[in-house]
Amino acid sequence: MKVLVTVKEVAEVDDEFEISGLDIAEGSLEYDLNEWDDYAVEEAVQISEATEDIEVVTVTIGPERAEETVRMALAKGADRAIRVWDDALAEAQFLDIGTKADIIAAVAEAEDPDLVLSGVQASDDSNGATGVALAKRLGFEWAAVVNDLELDAGAGIASVHRELEGGIEELTDVDLPAVLTIQTGINEPRYASLRGIRQAQRKPLETESLDDIGLDASVVESPIERTSMYEPETESDAVVWDGNADETAGELAELLREKGVVEG
Amino acid sequence: MTVLAVAEHRRGDLRDISFELITAGRELAADFDTDLAVAVIAGDIEGFADKLNREGVDTIYTVDNGEEFNHGVYAEAVEQLCAELDPTALLLPNSVNGLDYAPAVAGSLNLPLVTDVVGIEGGGTVEVVREQYGGKVETTYEVDSERCVLTIRGAEWPPAESTGDASIEAAEIDIDEGSLGATVNGFEEVGSGDVDITDADVLVSVGRGIGEEDNIPIIEELADALGATLSSSRPIVDNGWLPQNRQVGQSGKVVTPDVYIAVGISGAVQHVAGMKGADTIVAINSDPNAPIYDIADYGIVDDLFEVVPRLIEEFGGQAPEI
Repeated sequence: MKVLVTVKEVAEVDDEFEISGLDIAEGSLEYDLNEWDDYAVEEAVQISEATEDIEVVTVTIGPERAEETVRMALAKGADRAIRVWDDALAEAQFLDIGTKADIIAAVAEAEDPDLVLSGVQASDDSNGATGVALAKRLGFEWAAVVNDLELDAGAGIASVHRELEGGIEELTDVDLPAVLTIQTGINEPRYASLRGIRQAQRKPLETESLDDIGLDASVVESPIERTSMYEPETESDAVVWDGNADETAGELAELLREKGVVEG
Repeated sequence: MTVLAVAEHRRGDLRDISFELITAGRELAADFDTDLAVAVIAGDIEGFADKLNREGVDTIYTVDNGEEFNHGVYAEAVEQLCAELDPTALLLPNSVNGLDYAPAVAGSLNLPLVTDVVGIEGGGTVEVVREQYGGKVETTYEVDSERCVLTIRGAEWPPAESTGDASIEAAEIDIDEGSLGATVNGFEEVGSGDVDITDADVLVSVGRGIGEEDNIPIIEELADALGATLSSSRPIVDNGWLPQNRQVGQSGKVVTPDVYIAVGISGAVQHVAGMKGADTIVAINSDPNAPIYDIADYGIVDDLFEVVPRLIEEFGGQAPEI
């Protein structure tokens, strides 16, 4: 059995940042493994640890820099990694949901997994849609926002809890093969051990171009064009107290007394 | 040509986003000088159709199939309605269920999809506004396509209110039950427990800024000193540092206390959805650009580990050693 995990290296923006053209200036960004994908990797590794003969393969779309993030997933227990990159991807303004799903679908078709785990969303783009779009392209079943997973590979069913709004979970059986989008909190992602980090250096990490996966540059074409990026007007009309911690704490204490939260 | 919005309901009740979709839909329909159609799928479709009959809705299509959301049924029904109505824009909720079928519909119909939209303008091409990088920036996109699928964020448009005069039609939708690959077996309520944070008059709420589990006691001490109840944002519960019944936000509890003190909480949209109804909101966060300050009434831009111990002392307590 094979589990494919989609992994994204996300950009995190410094508290103080600058916008350059239609994106955040490179100097204001730091890169890390997407938080949701960390949970998806952990879920896949736990499945592989609980069952014989399961291969965990990660797939990522990203530049060479992303290999550090991919190695982290390998260090946590994934067996093998594929990174798709290409000049056409590097030159694109941004990759829309359809483009990402097309690229990952091309890899998934070659890999033929039984289960695909993807994070609910990436913290930078917050599309929350690539996993289900991928399922549709593969002709797989799917479930979005999964926070509990029991796999019955023999019966070909994944029993999941989908985390709805307001503290309600939907209990659903999903036919395999399937794409599940994994919510934070489903497990406790491990830290990579030193041994894991050493082993990760020897695990296969293949780089594929669009041509290698049977696509061409037209996959990046999109009817959706980014036309501006700006800092939202601050809507804040908060009273922000100045001063050192003694002074600001004193102001807040006075407010809480006025509001009758505490006496005296 | 038309604009088609699809309502959302759960366990017998229409969700608020349904009425916000009507507002967004009728604005967009006006931009294109076209009609607004609303579809309601499964459950008490007649009762729902009556409630969805708000000003600006031209036609309500009902699809009678089962009681609750099933993404296979929704996707198939919406695709068949689109084939019939050929909408210029399909508006869906950016909810957990909306995101469980919108990408499938867009994929099937080969339409561009933009999710979590907070602003839309139509007319020529559709222009949308989104937030990115955790709300630190807004971006605008032009969708150069005759048709598109958009999911809209909750609470960005006001709900449609006054009664309308829509015609209500039962849509003839043919769904092959054998093709459905997901079966919904039921629901479970989570996060009940000994404490009900929705009852509290004063909440002290802790977020990611607390750094590690060992630091939680100083927030507990603050809550004790104020006679307040302790709550938290999502990452604290994800990490297992506090039980789920303490979680405020979209996936947790919606709270409306007199005073809400957010400590080390950035104010992600999912969190704000759960606490924006508080009378007085106080934020303690070292990042002056954190979105929590957009809704806070009072703020202290400083290190919480400096401020909270002083505050505890103000009320005669002693900050625990951490």
